[in-house]
Amino acid sequence: MSASTHQTKYSTPLQTDPLVTSYYVRNLEFWYGDFNALTNISLDVMPSAITAFIGPSGCGKSTFLRCMNRMNDLIPDTKVGGDMLLKGADIYSSGVDPVDLRRRVGMIFQQPNPFPQSIYDNVAYGPRLQGVKKKSDLDDIVEDSLKRANLWKEVKDILDKNGLAISGGQQQRLCIARVLAVQPEVLLMDEPCSAIDPTSVQKIEDLMAEIKDEVTIIIVTHNMQQAARVSDYTSFFLQEVAGEPAVLVESGKTSDIFTAPIDKRTEDYITGRFG
Amino acid sequence: MSENKNTVDKSQEDTLEAPSHASEQEVAAGKESLRTDADPSKKTLTHTPSVVMKELADTAAKREPVPEARPATKLQLVSRSTQIKEASLATLFFICAFLAVLGVGLIFAFVAWRAFPLLSEIGLWNFLTGTQWSVADNTFGALPFILGSFVVVGGSLILGVPLAVLTAVFMSEVASPRANAIIRPAIELLAGVPSVVVGFFGVVVVVPIVSALVGGAGFGPLTAWIVLSIMIMPTITTLSEDALNSIPMGIREASYAMGATKWQTIWKVVIPAARIGIIDATILGMGRAIGETMAVLMVVGNAPQLFAGISAPISTMTSQIVLEMGYSSGDHRTALFGLAAILFLISMSLVLTVRLLAREQTKKTKKPKKGGGA
Repeated sequence: MSASTHQTKYSTPLQTDPLVTSYYVRNLEFWYGDFNALTNISLDVMPSAITAFIGPSGCGKSTFLRCMNRMNDLIPDTKVGGDMLLKGADIYSSGVDPVDLRRRVGMIFQQPNPFPQSIYDNVAYGPRLQGVKKKSDLDDIVEDSLKRANLWKEVKDILDKNGLAISGGQQQRLCIARVLAVQPEVLLMDEPCSAIDPTSVQKIEDLMAEIKDEVTIIIVTHNMQQAARVSDYTSFFLQEVAGEPAVLVESGKTSDIFTAPIDKRTEDYITGRFG
Repeated sequence: MSENKNTVDKSQEDTLEAPSHASEQEVAAGKESLRTDADPSKKTLTHTPSVVMKELADTAAKREPVPEARPATKLQLVSRSTQIKEASLATLFFICAFLAVLGVGLIFAFVAWRAFPLLSEIGLWNFLTGTQWSVADNTFGALPFILGSFVVVGGSLILGVPLAVLTAVFMSEVASPRANAIIRPAIELLAGVPSVVVGFFGVVVVVPIVSALVGGAGFGPLTAWIVLSIMIMPTITTLSEDALNSIPMGIREASYAMGATKWQTIWKVVIPAARIGIIDATILGMGRAIGETMAVLMVVGNAPQLFAGISAPISTMTSQIVLEMGYSSGDHRTALFGLAAILFLISMSLVLTVRLLAREQTKKTKKPKKGGGA
């Protein structure tokens, strides 16, 4: 099947009104230089829900995720086509400030990446950028964010300790607290649990469920069980031929994807036949 | 971690209480029950490995013994020549390393020995605080040179460090690879220019400019600052750039993803993260500056007097030693060795500071031995 004729299968029909979605993506194309990495991606990300992106390694999930807060802008010689609307506004229209966009759309990376500063300063980083100066305000934000990230109990007595001196799983939750401190509307998580211990994975999954009413969450994961466990919607990406662009094979409610996949390839992937 | 420790302790008690002929399996069973007590939710998990281990043990027991009749493989022995070669190489490397240590020790011992009479002949206090340096009067007060060195070094750091650090930030964070392809070799070349050539540049180019700007002959601290800042800039730039480049890309991405601009990321995340490395670079640049002799000698004016303005000639410890060592004798020579000893101590303390800073940094980011409760 050639990529250009590819038709994504949707168990739930696509929305017609961008305003009911969090992200409204239509016919998105992405290029690294001459290489067309993603083609014809159309999907809706619903607000106040968790959406999982699954697919084998190198299938463009992370690339797509990084399109959603324009992190790919930092890579020279990349190009985006199609529409990517956040709450009805095109994030790629000319003049949009990617810096402001990233304040609204937080991101968690695969490797925990706290700044080599104190735990307190890590969490206070975003609010300070936005001009919060009063110590008591910052204290409140730091405590609240660490609580929401399920980390407060473990670090409340060591807030002045270097963010790199805690365990990997704690570091990842610190990164989540740091993002939550700026009250993002959307949280993009790029395989957040692949480099950390199981206890922290559990705590992260718990906090995702706790905050999803306020924050739309999109998670890229290689872990099928995790996708099935935590997400409300699932999108399956696939690059069938190396060198060809990746496509969105199927998208819909997680319960539909995992119990009654429409596409044969989705079924093969979630049952572990490849990938 | 502490839970594991408990388990081990308890199982040891268990072994002691149990009859001495308790088999391994019984001990294992004891451990298992203890673990189950400690954390009932993990019952199935703790149970499974012991079953697997038992199966493995059974399989091992059933395995056929290795036949003994087979002739043993002949293993080659280490030859005598290899042993000698290895041993002599090890000795050679040891001698090389030892020579470096010996060199430092000998130089220090020699300088200290020659400077020692200073204590009785001139007096340490008189030497360190005296402001008169006159060979004719046999008066040797080193204060003008000590202060002179610090004035020259301090000023060159004030000019040179911002220049060097900003260059490093530009190269590491802003410049395109093409720009770096020009800047980096230029800085390396600058590091390789002999100090006498830089001094010559100072005399011919900087001195007239300074003279025109602030009056006087143009020989003095300001000229030395400019010349020295050019000389220490490559050291500080290169080391600072290394420090900046060693900051993982991830924390820059994290900052951008928080909605920080490029400048916010550089000032609030990248430079603080590389702070220790930049301080290291500055201290090493300072070491370079305080030991620098020829270029300073050529532009500083070499007047043994206290600092009296940016255009009034002064002198430094290094330049004074070079100028007078050739014809000195007696107390004069001792006083020059005294200057050398002070220089030596300053350099040594700079190196020690760098080492302490490095240790401090590893201590700070090192993980605690016991898990933080996760």
